[in-house]
Amino acid sequence: MMQRLTILAPMTALSFFGAAGNAFAGGRSEPWQMWFQPAASPVMERIIEFHNLLFVIEVSIVTLVLGLMCYIIVRFNAKANPVPTKTTHNTLLEVVWTGVPLLILMVIAVPSLNLLYYADRIENIEMTLKVTGNQWFWTYSYPDHGGFEFDSVIVPDDELKEGQPRLLTVDNEVVLPVETNIRLLFTSSDVIHNWAVPSLGLKLDTVAGRINENWMRINKEGDYYGMCSELCGINHGFMPIHVKAVSKADFAEWVETARKEFAGAGGPAPVRVAETGAR
Amino acid sequence: MAYVAPAEVEQIPPAEVEDVELYHAKSWVTKYVFSQDAKVIAIQYSATAIAIGLVGLVLSWLMRLQLGFPELFDFIEPSDYYQFITVHGMIMVIYLLTALFLGGFGNYLIPLMVGARDMVFPYVNMVSYWVYLGAVILLIVSFFVPGGATGAGWTLYPPQAILSGTPGSEGGIILMLVSLALFIIGFTMGGLNYVVTVLQARTRGMTLMRLPLTIWGIFTATVLALLAFPALLVGAVMMTFDKLLGTSFFMPALVEMGVYLDYGGGSPLLFQHLFWFFGHPEVYIVALPAFGIVSDLISVHARRHIFGYRMMVWAIVGIGALSFVVWAHHMYVSGMNPWFGFFFATTTLIIAVPTALKVYNWTLTLWKGNIRFTLPMLFALAFIVTFVNGGITGLFLGNVVVDVPLSDTMFVVAHFHMVMGVAPLLVVFGGIYHWFPLITGRMLHEGMGQFHFWVTFIGAYTIFLPLHYLGFLGVPRRYFEMGETNFIPESAQDLNAFVTVVALTVGVAQIVFFINLFWSLKNGKLAGHNPWKACSLEWRTAHVPPRHGNFDDLPVVYRWAYDYGVPGADEDFIPQDVPPDRVSTGKGEV
Ligand code: HEM
Ligand SMILES: [Cu+2]
Ligand SMILES: [Cu+2]
Repeated sequence: MMQRLTILAPMTALSFFGAAGNAFAGGRSEPWQMWFQPAASPVMERIIEFHNLLFVIEVSIVTLVLGLMCYIIVRFNAKANPVPTKTTHNTLLEVVWTGVPLLILMVIAVPSLNLLYYADRIENIEMTLKVTGNQWFWTYSYPDHGGFEFDSVIVPDDELKEGQPRLLTVDNEVVLPVETNIRLLFTSSDVIHNWAVPSLGLKLDTVAGRINENWMRINKEGDYYGMCSELCGINHGFMPIHVKAVSKADFAEWVETARKEFAGAGGPAPVRVAETGAR
Repeated sequence: MAYVAPAEVEQIPPAEVEDVELYHAKSWVTKYVFSQDAKVIAIQYSATAIAIGLVGLVLSWLMRLQLGFPELFDFIEPSDYYQFITVHGMIMVIYLLTALFLGGFGNYLIPLMVGARDMVFPYVNMVSYWVYLGAVILLIVSFFVPGGATGAGWTLYPPQAILSGTPGSEGGIILMLVSLALFIIGFTMGGLNYVVTVLQARTRGMTLMRLPLTIWGIFTATVLALLAFPALLVGAVMMTFDKLLGTSFFMPALVEMGVYLDYGGGSPLLFQHLFWFFGHPEVYIVALPAFGIVSDLISVHARRHIFGYRMMVWAIVGIGALSFVVWAHHMYVSGMNPWFGFFFATTTLIIAVPTALKVYNWTLTLWKGNIRFTLPMLFALAFIVTFVNGGITGLFLGNVVVDVPLSDTMFVVAHFHMVMGVAPLLVVFGGIYHWFPLITGRMLHEGMGQFHFWVTFIGAYTIFLPLHYLGFLGVPRRYFEMGETNFIPESAQDLNAFVTVVALTVGVAQIVFFINLFWSLKNGKLAGHNPWKACSLEWRTAHVPPRHGNFDDLPVVYRWAYDYGVPGADEDFIPQDVPPDRVSTGKGEV
């Protein structure tokens, strides 16, 4: 019920900022969710924090302008103000109001650029995950764990099991340990895709012939869903991402089984950049 | 009247060139079809742009139906959906808004407002329209070639645009690229005309700093377009080579459906830079004319001089210049160097300053004015509110990190529809209500206009505000058949359906506008010579509507275009061509 009310009165929702962080189990959006999905990584936590600052600033500006417009409409319509004024400019006013937006921009720019740097800095990396985009599935490889790799393909609607979310479920989810600094390498075997997981604050293009780098650290165990976010052809809407975050111990166990399961496999072989170069 | 107090008016320079003889149309065909009269060309441009715009509107309905009611409209295949998206986006941005503002409003207003008889190169101007028409026809034809129109998104990113996983990668993409190239060629002919006419064909006394802001807006936008479109042209040509000749400008080594292709060494990102080097200024190619027109509408209908004219001019020019150094803010998630992100985020934020100045000046123009809530004024006010709204959401997207969760979601769709869809369209409508009396000699019907305004304004908000919210949830853009996923929970899907219903209603309500246009053509109230009591020259022609050649004797300009509410004058406005000693005053002094 609370959630319904906030939809009706967006302004009161401001007070929900704090709560938004832990209200839901997370990993995907919920009915009547108001804001971003809850953060599951340090970067996303900071993004939400910064977004909240922006939101307050921007709502104030819009309110101010709207209020001013309403005042003008009521006060200076042809009936209320039959004799228009003759002023053409006012230097003091002009200087002040060039200054004010500049100040506001500074207030925005400093934390923004700080966070940009934080999100990009890759430190104390403990493991690497390589993500390859293909039309229309993902290939994940674990170069630091023996280099096994596997494809992750959407499960069609009619094969979904009880409780599996539609258009988000894949056959092989990508399993990762929590509280580990993970380096992410992105590339593509064909067109540009984009590996995006909202609750982890990640969204980066995968481009053939290029490797993009990023990092993440998952705070809590859980299932985190994402979708391809760069138009990549007809089935762009059908290559979801499912990150399963587990404890470090469980991860080690999983690696052992996965190594065997995916040994030599890899399905329709994803392109290796070196190979194509030699062609 | 700090800028052009009548007392300061120096000697008006003598005419430097003789009045030229205009081409005389001999037959109906040369008068109305292959016409060299900028006003006829303007109508041709506008009619074509609006017609193709209606196609874009219908495409948006189809998309909305699919998004709102996926089960019901399951005959819309993914390939259809992507073709609709692509052609809708292209049409709206380029073939509708660019053509309408520059080819339509530009052609009609530039010669009249600067006091010229016609564009400087009437013949080239005519050719410009016919090339544009060719581009439009090619675009439509692309729907009917095997494989259909391209479904690569209006951004046309390679490699996918020319690979088989994308609809229309056989013929559609080629026709799209050729159509764009034609559009650019046609536009360049027109654009050179507009620029030269503003610079060279102003009448005596019409200094640059006396031009109405409408002209400043259109002029600056044209300069932007002349500089930005070539980047797109280059991109289109190179991609055509990649597709037809097998070059690798944008194509790295890659596979297509499991088969290695013969490409290697190209850079997909190069295309993105070229595209957005055009694409961002394109936003302002649409926005600057809107800025200019709104300034004039507000001034006329509030009976107030524009506040801070000089600042308004510099803000237009400044925004235009800045718009060339922000393009990569569309590529924050492409994996670019963070220093790039740093640079482009900073420049993007800086653009907010001149934009804020414009909003202040509009506000102060209205301040203590004598506001008449005519239809043009309503649309102008609605524009300001919408533009502020849309601009503010741009601040979210301009900051690299906040852009990450929002990029490629419905939030972006909402943002750009607000700033470059709804806002400019409001100005288009405002402009049509304002200048229709000049073009036809009759007023548009007030009641129908009021209905049209409120439905459009409130409707636009009802359609696009909810999309911001969907963006926060993480609902991606360019997604076919989402229905209920957990990205689009049930509650949000209801919202989606609601938006679809509103979009259809608002779209259909536009019929009232067209009925109004046709009805008023015959039955509208006679407008007479200057129904809004405006100062600028387009209202000072001997005949309404103005004839070929515009003026009988070219007017001479003595003041800026904003002498409203001049102290001491008998009337509350003094047109630009009234000499100081002819201003009638009670006291005999101005
Ligand atoms: C009449 C009201 C309109 C409606 C209901 C509408 C609706 C839509 C929809 C549903 C999409 C696809 C969203 C997605 O799935 O990604 C879209 C995309 C788009 N629209 Fe509109 N639109 C309208 C008017 C306009 C106008 C006036 C413009 C002019 C700027 C415009 C420009 C675009 C662009 C550039 C795209 C993106 C195409 C792409 O993703 O490649 N639209 N619109
Ligand atoms: Cu995709
Ligand atoms: Cu831009």
